[in-house]
Amino acid sequence: MSMTLVQVVVSGLLLGAVYALFSSGLTLIWGMMNVVNFAHGDFVMLGMYSAVMVWTALGGGPFAAVPIAAMMIATLGVASYFLLVRHIMKGPMLAQILGTFGLALFLRYAAFWTFGANFKTLPDTIVGGSFVLGGIRFEGSRVLAGVMGLAITLLLHLILTRTAIGSRMLAVSEDATAAQLMGIRPQRMQALAWAMAGAATGIAGALIANFFYTSPTVGETLAIVAFVTVSFGGFGSVLGALVAGLIIGVVESVSAYAIGPVYKDVVVYILFVLVLWFRPQGLMGKA
Amino acid sequence: MKRWLFWGALGVLVLAYPLLTADSAVYQRLGALVLLAAIGASAWNIVGGYAGQVSVGHAIFFGFGAYASVVVYTHFEWPPIAGAPIGMLLSVLVAAVIGVPTLRLSGHYFSMATIAVGELVRVLSSTSDYIGGAQGLGGPAMPRSVFDLSFLSAAPFYYIFLAVLVLLLGLTWWIERGRMGFYLRAIKDSERAARSLGVSAGRYKLYAYMLSGAFASLAGSLYLCMFGFVDPESGFGILISVKMVVMAALGGAGQLFGPLVGALILVPLEELSNSYLGGQGAGLTFVVYGAIIVIIARFLPSGLLSLLDRRKVRRAD
Repeated sequence: MSMTLVQVVVSGLLLGAVYALFSSGLTLIWGMMNVVNFAHGDFVMLGMYSAVMVWTALGGGPFAAVPIAAMMIATLGVASYFLLVRHIMKGPMLAQILGTFGLALFLRYAAFWTFGANFKTLPDTIVGGSFVLGGIRFEGSRVLAGVMGLAITLLLHLILTRTAIGSRMLAVSEDATAAQLMGIRPQRMQALAWAMAGAATGIAGALIANFFYTSPTVGETLAIVAFVTVSFGGFGSVLGALVAGLIIGVVESVSAYAIGPVYKDVVVYILFVLVLWFRPQGLMGKA
Repeated sequence: MKRWLFWGALGVLVLAYPLLTADSAVYQRLGALVLLAAIGASAWNIVGGYAGQVSVGHAIFFGFGAYASVVVYTHFEWPPIAGAPIGMLLSVLVAAVIGVPTLRLSGHYFSMATIAVGELVRVLSSTSDYIGGAQGLGGPAMPRSVFDLSFLSAAPFYYIFLAVLVLLLGLTWWIERGRMGFYLRAIKDSERAARSLGVSAGRYKLYAYMLSGAFASLAGSLYLCMFGFVDPESGFGILISVKMVVMAALGGAGQLFGPLVGALILVPLEELSNSYLGGQGAGLTFVVYGAIIVIIARFLPSGLLSLLDRRKVRRAD
């Protein structure tokens, strides 16, 4: 395998880990309460803006920007849950699409109105630069994003599968009434899911802001990537999102290198449609 | 008697609208745009509303219609409207190709698959030089004959769109009260139950999808005739698909006049915000637009027309 191909695969994996992180929030909500959050991309966008604001206005570095972005988006998630999602989740599926899409428009243009349409970038001082290891060039910001993305997605997966809180959340997602009879408060668990999903999304946004232009409409592009990753990996499975994110990252970067940058999305979408055809529940979803 | 008077008056008002607004090009244009959006959303309503298969990829058909019209003009020098039947035919074929695999998926999975296929078509469309690539293609700058449908005012478009909408709603009404309408509603309520009662659910979903695609394509062709230009974003963009869904859901999906009611509210709102965009208030009107959608989803999950149903129920009590 040539060195260039290794380089391409490595950058694909790093990108994929970030895809996995910002998709894990979406898959958590989808699996937990069967709601697809069409505003998810705009949650990521607001995470990016929170990081940029902390960084440029308050002078905090990534160690301040990441937790603050996580808190902001977790708060936004909980607020959306109590004010909107709690009420529409029992309605028809169309009402869910309508409600979360309206929320997306609201957030996108609120950002547009507040921050303006111009791109914002972070001052490239703290995690900038690149280094060479074993003949492969690494960019600092992407390595940080990739490694943290991987770590936090795994952490989320462990919380959901290995802790008592995770079991309670699973119980609510399987049968809210039965869970309530066991002394679990469904609304509290669902709000917690929104908080966790929001925190993961906020962190993802703060990490992406390191190497991506921050603009009010960036959420639209990111949302489509997240939808594909989540359906690919399987409904509600954080581990599935992780695997799917990595696969998509590598496939994108290899096909951009081998066929041309325009076709990288084409290859990913074709792969996605094939997966849906042969395994409608996704790679790791429950049937 | 009173009801007939109401509908008669409404009909006269609709027919006379371009004459009443003859001195305002903006309002004439607005009327035509509302009707065009209503055609697209009503087309979506056949499969998304009645059959309950929430497609978020109807821009594929809209784009095929728009591109068919502009391609017959650019490459064969035909009037753009001649591309409409070609686009509709292609859309029916494309609907069959997409529908056979994706309609097997249920609920959110079908929606996600249609998003992916829609994006796939959009990306592919920007790589083809034959249809203008990412720059798109333009229609006739100067009309060569009356068939080019190049008019100074929007009033002729208003009447053309009105005729198409009436035809489409008539067809939908006819389907709604026929055998197929019952089948589609049965599939929407419970596909498994419908199958067990002998409804060939797969086939009827596909019929609805193909018919819906054909009319979404017609909406695309009509769009091109009025605007004379299309590029991958304005033809195949995901916002085109989402707008059809949102308009129908806002008015009431699966109801004959739902999409029209949605278009009557959203199109003026959007035009209003477009005309303010670029000023200091840029974006603020879209914030309001988003908030209105959220509030309706929160308090009227079945759409605005469900308000009328509630009144009917109360009267029956």
